[in-house]
Amino acid sequence: MLTLAHFLTLGAILFSLSIAGIFINRKNIIILLMCIELMLLAVNMNFVAFSRFLGNLDGQIFVFFILTVAAAEAGIGLAILVVLFRNRQTINVAELDDLKG
Amino acid sequence: MIVQELIFYAFSLVMVFAAIAVVTVRNPIYAVLFLVLAFFSAAGIWMLLEAEFLAIILVVVYVGAVMVLFLFVVMMLDINLVPLKEGFTRYLPVAVLVAVAMAVELLMVLWSRGRFGASMFPVPAPNSSDYSNTRELGELLYTNYLLPFEVAGVILLVAIIAAVALTLRTRPGIKTQDPAAQVRTRRDESVRLVKMKSEKPRGT
Amino acid sequence: MSLQTTLLLIPLLPLGGAVLAGLFRNQVGRVGSHTVTILGVGLSFALSAWILMQQINGTLETVNISVYTWMISDGIRFQVGFLIDHLTTLMMCVVTFVSLMVHIYTIGYMRDDPGYQRFFSYIALFTFSMLMLVMSNNFMQLFFGWEAVGLVSYLLIGFWFNKESAIKANLKAFLVNRVGDFGFLLGIAAVLLTFDTLDYAEVFAQAGTAVDQTLSVPGGMEWNMLTFICVCLFIGAMGKSAQAPLHVWLPDSMEGPTPISALIHAATMVTAGIFMVARMSPLFELSDAALSFVMLTGAVTALSMGLIGIVQNDVKRVIAYSTLSQLGYMTVALGVSAYSAAIFHLMTHAFFKALLFLGAGSVIIAMHHEQDMRYMGGLRKYMPVTWLTAWVGTLALVGFPFFAGFYSKDAIIEAVADSHRWGSSVAYFAVVAGVLITAIYSFRLLYLTFHGKERFEVIHDSGDHPPSGQLAHAPKESPLVVTIPLILLAIPSVVIGWMTIEPVLFGGWLEDSIFVLDKNNVLAELGEHFHGATAMALHSVNTLPFWLMITGLALATLIYLIRPSIADTVRNRVPFLYRLLDNKYYFDEFYQKFFAHGSVRLGRILWHKADAGFIDNGMVNGSARVVEWVAARVRRWQTGFLYDYAFAMIIGLIGILAVWVMMAP
Repeated sequence: MLTLAHFLTLGAILFSLSIAGIFINRKNIIILLMCIELMLLAVNMNFVAFSRFLGNLDGQIFVFFILTVAAAEAGIGLAILVVLFRNRQTINVAELDDLKG
Repeated sequence: MIVQELIFYAFSLVMVFAAIAVVTVRNPIYAVLFLVLAFFSAAGIWMLLEAEFLAIILVVVYVGAVMVLFLFVVMMLDINLVPLKEGFTRYLPVAVLVAVAMAVELLMVLWSRGRFGASMFPVPAPNSSDYSNTRELGELLYTNYLLPFEVAGVILLVAIIAAVALTLRTRPGIKTQDPAAQVRTRRDESVRLVKMKSEKPRGT
Repeated sequence: MSLQTTLLLIPLLPLGGAVLAGLFRNQVGRVGSHTVTILGVGLSFALSAWILMQQINGTLETVNISVYTWMISDGIRFQVGFLIDHLTTLMMCVVTFVSLMVHIYTIGYMRDDPGYQRFFSYIALFTFSMLMLVMSNNFMQLFFGWEAVGLVSYLLIGFWFNKESAIKANLKAFLVNRVGDFGFLLGIAAVLLTFDTLDYAEVFAQAGTAVDQTLSVPGGMEWNMLTFICVCLFIGAMGKSAQAPLHVWLPDSMEGPTPISALIHAATMVTAGIFMVARMSPLFELSDAALSFVMLTGAVTALSMGLIGIVQNDVKRVIAYSTLSQLGYMTVALGVSAYSAAIFHLMTHAFFKALLFLGAGSVIIAMHHEQDMRYMGGLRKYMPVTWLTAWVGTLALVGFPFFAGFYSKDAIIEAVADSHRWGSSVAYFAVVAGVLITAIYSFRLLYLTFHGKERFEVIHDSGDHPPSGQLAHAPKESPLVVTIPLILLAIPSVVIGWMTIEPVLFGGWLEDSIFVLDKNNVLAELGEHFHGATAMALHSVNTLPFWLMITGLALATLIYLIRPSIADTVRNRVPFLYRLLDNKYYFDEFYQKFFAHGSVRLGRILWHKADAGFIDNGMVNGSARVVEWVAARVRRWQTGFLYDYAFAMIIGLIGILAVWVMMAP
């Protein structure tokens, strides 16, 4: 029998994997963005599961908005990426240390 | 019931596999494609959770638009992949350690004392056949969540403008039309009236 | 005119004069400045005398009014108010009368001084401050007046601020008075702590309840609260009234103009301490220990300061030491609960000491600001009025029968003799021996100045600043503005004692101002043997003090008039004693070595170790160094790489989750 815990576990595993992804692909900004998408998917998974098991559609509404914001974020993030690449001919995060004073 | 579990585990396995592939493959294009696979599996599991509208949206909008955008960008940029994969083996142990620690902690929370088990959250009965998830969501969105819905639209608009503004570049030296300048033009700028004496045609 | 308006006008008229003469000095001019101040003080004296008349007639009861509430904080009222009883009125009349005389005298004394208007402004301001002090009905206003007279005293000692010695003297007066004021302020604070009010009437009404209160001090001791209050208040009085060992400022204060020495440092301000203790008699009466302390302090001052007076050569300094000695007498009287006698002596002393100072000032004018008695002598034929009034003042000071000083000093001596307080035999010895000493230095002053042969020569073209012993012109009698105050002061110096001893000491004039326990009431015992002022004077030929005084007169006549060589012989025989007295018991040297050098050394240690070492190097630079050290290590974490910040967030998240997992039920 599939309980809530099963779905939450799936979300947790997905979340942990995306964290591992951020650690492994620390240099490739595209993969980093994808890991963030994966993380959001894990969160959405939990929302949908709770929505189902609590019989409350608000969770799904929330997912709807998260998808919207994630789409906007992906659009802007990729736009920044394109500009970044155009200016520096690289997307290697290791070379982006302008934040260091 | 057993069928449902089989479907759940099948999709879950595919999804976890796809997720591992996303974070480990060398080529970003494969990574995007595996991400698409992960989203497809997620959509399948959401179907299992009777969130049909979101599952469809995830495939149509997310996979169809956002992931394709990713693909576009990855393909458009001429990325030198070699330096990006440096230190993969060096970071792997740390990554595994952190991920395992995170997962163990989360699972401890999830599974201890049946906090999220069937006793606390009984499995709901399936919805009846005439239940429309889309309709229910729509009713909520256009009533209780009308304002957030509008705001979400504005956010998307802002994102569009921001993306365009970020990537727009004006290159000097390219011949283009300026319709505004064409419309604004005045007679004096293109026609000059001169006064001169009439001349006799020659030769007559 | 209502009573309240009258009372307000009494201090405010001199203040108005001070403001006009001080802030508008160029507008009012020299004549204007002395006119407005004399007018203010004169009116003030007239009003005070009018109130005194009403009290004598019995038409005016004791008045206790508050005219203005400054603030109410935590239930304690800070207000300006007047307590007008017989004691206050007596002080008001003395203060305004002496002040008026000094104002008039100053016209002559300061005639050529460029700071003429400033001087009048200061002395009028002083009159205001002193009146506020004596008229106060609460500790707050008392303290205001106390500090205000101290301020004016400071300004006036340093009146000639181009003279280095004057600047040093006024600084010294200020610093020594700070020591006393510290005790005074502690005393007021203790009063506030014990009684929760600053109003005299309320404090005195509750005084009896505080007898058994104690004050816990570090070290586990318990001090009697009332004794503590009284001793602290008296330390304030010691500073202001120049009792040993806080007397050192008064002789140096003679750097100021002579009218000031008369007004502030002889007649009024220095007696503020005496007045204050008398005013606080309901508190002091309840503490035998404090009274013994008061009495012994006074006794030591009375005897030791008189001895110094014998060896001084500066005419003003001799009178200054005489003032110290007489203040000691008043303090002794306070100590034996003879408050009325102290106030009585205060009053008579104010007249004859002001007279002596102004007479000395007159001599100084005549000698062209020469103050050393060794270059005077034989002045009586040049300035007969000054000479005669100086004789009157001296006879009053030594206590010659029928003169003012006789009655007050004899009353004090008799009171000490009758007292049973612990240590009163020591005090008795001091005050009786003091009579002899007083006679010696007083007549010495008189002889060296006015009698004997002239020890100066008149050289007509000796320049602006001739050396000591040379004068450009022959000395001549001072102008009328100087001599009239002398005469006016000489009159009360003769008669005031004879006139007022009966009402003030025995007639109960001060009964409702001063509280004396029956067991301490030595004056009542004296009163039983009192049969009128004339009888008292006639009876005195049978008493020890009279013959001591005569002995002193004879000794002084012998040594300083007939055989001046005796003085040198004595000086050479006991050089140790002479040096001790000439150096004023080495008080100044001790203070210089111990307090001044000690505090300089302490300051240097604090500067090097505490300020430069600990604060600058340790705290200020140290904190900077710690920040630098920490930052040098922490800045390595600030790599500027986004993923490092992301990792920090993730690790933080894991940490928070771990805590949550462990804490969760």
